[in-house]
Amino acid sequence: MKRVEEIFFRTLMYGAVLVITGLLFLIIYSIISKGASSLSWEMVSQTPRGGYYFGKEGGILNAIIGSLYLSAGATALAFFISLPVALGMNIYLAKYRRMVNGLRFILDLLWGVPSIVYGAFAFSIMIMVGARASLMAGIITVGVFIVPIMIRAMDEVFKTVPRGLTESALSLGATFTETSFGVLVRQCAPGVVTALLLGFGRGIGDAAAVLFTTGYTDYIPGSLSQPAATLPLAIFFQLGSPIEEVRERAFAAALLLTLIILLISVITRILSNRFNKNRINF
Amino acid sequence: MRFSKRKILDLLSAYWMYAGIALVVILFGFIGVVLFIKASPVFYEQSVSDILFSDDWKPLSGKFGMLAFIISSLYITLIAVAISAPVCLLAAIFLTQYADRRLLTLMQPVIDILAGLPSVIYGVWGIIVIVPFVSDVIAPAFGRETNGYTILSAGLVLAVMIIPFMLNIMIEVLRSVPTDLKEASLSLGATYWQTIKYVVVKKSFPGIASAIGLGVSRAFGETIAVLMVAGNVTRVPENVFQPGYPLPALIANNYGEMMSIPLYDSALMLAALVLFVVVIFFNLIARSSIIRLEKYS
Repeated sequence: MKRVEEIFFRTLMYGAVLVITGLLFLIIYSIISKGASSLSWEMVSQTPRGGYYFGKEGGILNAIIGSLYLSAGATALAFFISLPVALGMNIYLAKYRRMVNGLRFILDLLWGVPSIVYGAFAFSIMIMVGARASLMAGIITVGVFIVPIMIRAMDEVFKTVPRGLTESALSLGATFTETSFGVLVRQCAPGVVTALLLGFGRGIGDAAAVLFTTGYTDYIPGSLSQPAATLPLAIFFQLGSPIEEVRERAFAAALLLTLIILLISVITRILSNRFNKNRINF
Repeated sequence: MRFSKRKILDLLSAYWMYAGIALVVILFGFIGVVLFIKASPVFYEQSVSDILFSDDWKPLSGKFGMLAFIISSLYITLIAVAISAPVCLLAAIFLTQYADRRLLTLMQPVIDILAGLPSVIYGVWGIIVIVPFVSDVIAPAFGRETNGYTILSAGLVLAVMIIPFMLNIMIEVLRSVPTDLKEASLSLGATYWQTIKYVVVKKSFPGIASAIGLGVSRAFGETIAVLMVAGNVTRVPENVFQPGYPLPALIANNYGEMMSIPLYDSALMLAALVLFVVVIFFNLIARSSIIRLEKYS
């Protein structure tokens, strides 16, 4: 009888793992099968003509360029804020354990805040200062949104470096800064790049935070003060269109976005396996 | 005292770090405060219980009862977690207790990609697969007719979305159960399955509960995917085969046009505030119990 129960649950467990793996393949398969026929050179090299919602001609170049601008800008901004904080938590402030743990706690909470709340928050600030939806506003919003993600990702890597290594650098007379950038960053270079890619992936895939802050346009943004189109919103807006050709653009954008995310994940894997050249092993 | 170039550089980078930390900490309080201030005008018009427990949503005449949205959100979150939690628990037990270590390393990319896929992709998948599935297979099986854009579809899509978050934490938690404990149980004559049931799962119960709590907060705040499949009809749903209109979708759908109607934006800010508070609350409980768990082990 006991045996039967165990076998029953083991079968369920097999099933659960299979279902999870199967779901991933099902999602990717359905996105590819819908998008593959509409993804062409024309699609990725032209902006939509006659309005993105009704125009049958053109592609999604506006959203591709807009998304790349936006997430590259946001990643750079977030990196500029995250790197010193993550380093400081592990070197400069390492002896204040309580404070660092408190900071980690706040960061974890911020990580959990849904992106729509960031979007609404940023938009209400924009109304207060009288700003319009623009690439700049989007970069700042998404940048702020991915800061906690990047700090925690880098922090997890820096945490694994043994105290002895940083302490020996400090004891040789290196300043905190020199230890941080000369020892910690070099030791953890793959981890830092992984954190960057993680932030980039989050930035390029997020729709709720850019919905009000970045706006949408048919054109490629020429400056930071213009609105910009993004891939997630290109999918979201165009999928609701009654016109077949417009929906094709949405499916093409979905496939492209999925491919970008898969590419990022492959690069991350390769990096964490191979980029360990400078690493000192203990 | 002479300042060398190195010292000055060190000082500057310390300020850079403090500025970064200050930004993060201030941001946290600032979000809450700004949301509260922007939401407060609606409190002067209506009592809090009226807003939260009345289903009278007529923004044009200044009535902001959010019950329909709150119930929709609760339904969807409940469905998502009820489906996802058992699947994750079973998979986590299998991967940590039964399976080869290599299987876990094989599963890691699967979990990572599921976690990395943007929510709009899940939304597209929901429209392609889940919506027709609900309207053609599930609803007829229960003798209902629907176009597929329902609470149930949103719950199913969300269930898949929160799998990687819950699974990751559950794997961590189950892994941290000491081997001694399992061996003690086995040496007393318990079978492997009994050991898992009465020792491993029991020992890591607080961790499993926190994983589910984090799943709840993730599901509660999810916007775009839910917005795409939930149907968005302002009415208190009576069953899962009716369309719903969860809180995040309410904000996302109306934020652009709300400026013309007085108090509308403050009502939407209240929705954002509710989201913020609920998510922080669940996170707070889950995270602190995880921290306590780490301290003991």
